Parts: sequence; structure tokens; C-alpha cells
Amino acid sequence: MVTAAELLSVAAFLDGLHAQAFPSFGSERMGAPVVAFCRISEKNIRTREPISSPDALIIQDVTLIHQLDIFNGVNPDGFVLVNTSRTFDELGLEEFIRRFDRTRALTVPATEIALEHLGKPVANSALLAGFAAMSNEISLSSVKEAISRRFSGMIAEKNAEIAQSAFDYVAHELESTQASTSLSTSNAKGDLDA
Amino acid sequence: MLEQIEGSRAVAKSVALCRPEVICAYPISPQTHIVEALGVLVKTGELAPCEFINVESEFAAMSVLIGASATGGRAYTATASQGLLFMIEAVYNAAGLGLPMVMTLANRAIGAPINIWNDHSDAMAVRDSGWIQLFAETNQDAADLHIQAFRLSEEISLPVMVCMDGFILTHAVEEVEMPSQEHVDTFLPPFYPRQVLDTEEPVSIGAMVGPEAFAEVRYLAHAKQLLAKERIPEISREFESVFGHSAGGLISAYRLEKAETVVVAMGSVLGTIKDAVDDLINHGINIGVLGITTFRPFPLEEVYARLSGAKRVVTIEKAFAVGMGGILATDVATALSRAQVDQYSVIAGLGGRPVTKASVISLLQDAVSSKLDPLTFMDLDHEVVKKEIARMNESGRSGPPAENMLREMQLKTFSKQKERAASEEPG
Repeated sequence: MVTAAELLSVAAFLDGLHAQAFPSFGSERMGAPVVAFCRISEKNIRTREPISSPDALIIQDVTLIHQLDIFNGVNPDGFVLVNTSRTFDELGLEEFIRRFDRTRALTVPATEIALEHLGKPVANSALLAGFAAMSNEISLSSVKEAISRRFSGMIAEKNAEIAQSAFDYVAHELESTQASTSLSTSNAKGDLDA
Repeated sequence: MLEQIEGSRAVAKSVALCRPEVICAYPISPQTHIVEALGVLVKTGELAPCEFINVESEFAAMSVLIGASATGGRAYTATASQGLLFMIEAVYNAAGLGLPMVMTLANRAIGAPINIWNDHSDAMAVRDSGWIQLFAETNQDAADLHIQAFRLSEEISLPVMVCMDGFILTHAVEEVEMPSQEHVDTFLPPFYPRQVLDTEEPVSIGAMVGPEAFAEVRYLAHAKQLLAKERIPEISREFESVFGHSAGGLISAYRLEKAETVVVAMGSVLGTIKDAVDDLINHGINIGVLGITTFRPFPLEEVYARLSGAKRVVTIEKAFAVGMGGILATDVATALSRAQVDQYSVIAGLGGRPVTKASVISLLQDAVSSKLDPLTFMDLDHEVVKKEIARMNESGRSGPPAENMLREMQLKTFSKQKERAASEEPG
């Protein structure tokens, strides 16, 4: 997760933006919940305070969702991307997700995509590429470049494939969600007019 | 080249460009990433010739550095918190002997209670040791200050400590304009030691000095720090002419011209304070910021020159002298002893407590409307402290205070969560 935040900041940096990534500070132990943060801005970033109201939330380990107060403080106009092969409904998250725009709350089976291409359950590349597809805040090419700067050889190549695959997945999800939401929005409008 | 890089790695690369010949350190959070990265550079041969010496403690690390510097080697170490305390006898010796070396202090609180997070207690514990102390506001500063530190240290033959906020800077990934080897080589000449242990020309270093000359030797250390105060701005200007951007110096000013209220601080908290000050200026408040880059030697004259015209000064610092109050605030007060300025001392960010823009703004609004206490602990939960004092009064065996207060805090958080859950429940 710490690497994901760092890679996200590098991708934003490569896109010509300013970025600041940092882990939740403290003792690290295997298996403990880990939170990492990234600020992205068109302006120079000076603040050093922790992020308490994120505009985007990327959840790598879905088993933490019911343990932690994860959605507390998240901007309702913001983005939520969850690493899962299940639906929000199946995860029992419909209630939390309802406050977000449906085109801004999506899932991506990042671990499965990574297993398929690399044989290892490392979700970072897929999640970042998925976030790029959903938010348009960073570009896929910068995500790939950030990965290639961090890894080398076969690992870098496989991660680039993972990124592309996750990007396509989320782009497709987004399209179908947009289609269904624009339908329901027009319905809602119809109701209002009536 | 502009890089998006972790603070620790930027410092390690910057130190490596200074061509240190001996690196000796003992790992302690949050300094570890710096020496790990340097260890890799030595191991791969990217940094050569250089010896990385593993030791069993911080005391040994500083002792090895003393030996390395005395034999003419450019020497570097990094530590934090309890590690600095463990080496403190050798820290004083390095300064007393007038041996140049550079140490990164990844600022962290001092126990007890044990705490690995950031504040400035460690730096303040050695402020009178004779080391020069520079404070970085950003990772760019941290990278640049180390290069200036070697130059300054070797020129005046005194050790220099570069303080950077632990975790907040060491673990932050942000953009840093990384210096080139060519520029560093232009700026930093090879080390020419003022005193050196050499079998060809034997001398002794570290004589026992009795009452007849002790004061004179100690005063010389003071005179050298005063000399450093002259050299630091000059070195900063030379740095700018070589590297093309400014860094270092004694102080930094932000929107200070004719400011009625001035906030004084050092380290990374300046960034959050500047954001808060911009907001206040937008609301019509006449306010500016003075950053202290060089804490030792303390820039008394420069602080006086920048603050004596202000109406009030608010010093925000991440450490305090127990039983007294602000440490930086006391030095600022010394600088302003001839001036008519209202002074406020604020202690914030202890043991990693976040310093938020909202808290800084509300604090400064209180200061501007003269509602602030002369000594304020920002965001302190007075209720929890009062409860513990009451517990102490009630019983002769009130138990361990840290554990008691932690429990009290957990209960409060729990009841707040319950309240929120209840308010969110439908119907």
C-alpha cells in the first residue's frame, strides 16, 4: 500500500502535477491494517497534515472494510475503488456506497488480474491503473512509466500488462455504469417533471 | 534533475554526492531508510572509496566518527531520539574537540512514554552541545542542507547536525531537484582537516584541560559558532550561484514585510503554517512567517531585525522545557529583549500529534484578538489531564499515568463512535 501511494505520486509527477505521498506513520507489522496517503495538486504542496477527508479512496484489502471506519470523512463527490471480484451488494457495502456517484464507486478484481499475469497477489499496479481509468486524474501511460521505474525486466513487463488489463476492465465498468446511470437519471428527471 | 523521491533516499543520494569516506550508523526509526540506502550505495561500489562500518550502538557510531574525522576522513552518521541520547557523551566530545562531521537527525520524540513519532525533543536535548543545528522545511531543503553542512563543518571545524522531521519528511515522497555530482564537486572542496592524527607527524588530540585554560577552550567554541553565523549566509549564497536555487541561510521570511503578527517556527510545520497564514491574509489579517533555518548558532540579530517592528510574535514549536515552557520561544524572547512586542509561546505536534491548518488558524485568530494564553499547548485535552490529577489526589496509588490517560482517551473515542453511530441510525 505504501508502494501504491508512492507509485501514484510518481505517476502524477510524470503527468506534470505536484504530488506528496506518505504512509500512516507508526510501527509496521505483518498483517496489520496499513493506510497510505497521496496528495495531488496543480500547485506546490506545502501542508504536512494527515489526510482526513480524501477525495479518493482505494481499498486494497476488502476484508478490512467492516473492521475499520474506512468511509468516514471521504468526500461524497469523490472516488471509491475496491479490490474485489464481488459486487458491492455481495460485500454488504450497498449502504456505504449509496452516498457516492455510481460512476465514481467501482470495483476491480486487482488481485485476480495480478495472479493471472504474474502469479502473485500484488494488487498495486492494477489498482492504480483502475484509478486512472475511473478518475482521469492520472494517465495510464504515467502509471506504466512509474511501474517501469520501480521494477525491471520481466516483473516490470508483467506489471505493465496488469495495468493495461485493469485499466480496460474499469473503463468498461465505467462505460456500462454510465449507460445505466444516464438511463436512471433521465428517469429521475422524468419523475421530477411529472 | 527533478525527481519524485522519498526524503530519506534524497538525503542518502545527496550525502553520497558529498563523497563521505566513513559512514557509521546504528539503525533507529525514522532514520533507518537513510543509512540503509547509503549502505547499498557503498556495497554496490557506487559510493567509493567509502567504508560503511556496522557497530553495536549509537555510542559506538559517534565514537567511530570521532576517530574517522580525527584521522582526516569525511565522516557521516544519522540517528534519532533515544539513539541520540545514547551517543550524547560522544556528541559533546565531537563538538568539544572541534571535529568536522555531519549527522542527520530524523527528529523524533523522546521517551518515556515511548513514542516513535515526530517532534523536536531530540534536537533540543543537544542544543547546547556545541553542534551547529540546521532545520529543513522540505525534503528539498534536507537534500541541499547536507551539502552545505559538509562545507560549513569542514571550513570552521565543527560538527553540523541537519534536522529533518521524522516520518513527515523522511518518509514523504515528493519532488526534489537532485544535485549533480559536478555541482557538488564545484561547491565542496576535498576535506583538508585543521587537525589530523598522522603517524608521520604525531600529535595528540583531546588533552586534559584544567581550570587554567578550560574557559578559553570553551569560549573558542562559542567564537567559532559566531563565525559560523557569518559564514552560513555566505555559503548559502555560494550554493545558490552553483546550484541555481536558494537554500540554507539563517532564517527564511514569508509575507513578513510590515506584518503586524508574525509566526515563528522551524522544520516542516512551516508548510502548514504558510497555508494557514495565506488563508488569514485573505481574511484581512496582517500576518507573516519567520522560519528559523539555523537554530545553533541562534540568529539573534536577524530575528531582532525581522521581528522588532511587529506588534505580536507567536512562536510555534514541537518541543518544550518541562517546568519552563517553549525553548525556541525563549530564544526568540532573548532576541527581542529590547523590543516592545507581545509574545506568545505555543507547543504543538508533540509525539506526532498532527498540526492541522484548522487548529493553527483558530490559534492565530485567538492571538490576533489577544485571547491567547502566553503559553498554550495546542489541541491539548485538558479534561484528560485534569482527570488524572484528580485520580492522583484521590489515591496514593493511582497507577501508571500513561496507561491511565490512554485508557481515558480510548473511552472517549469509543463513546464518540457510539454517538455517531446512533445519530446515523435511520429513524
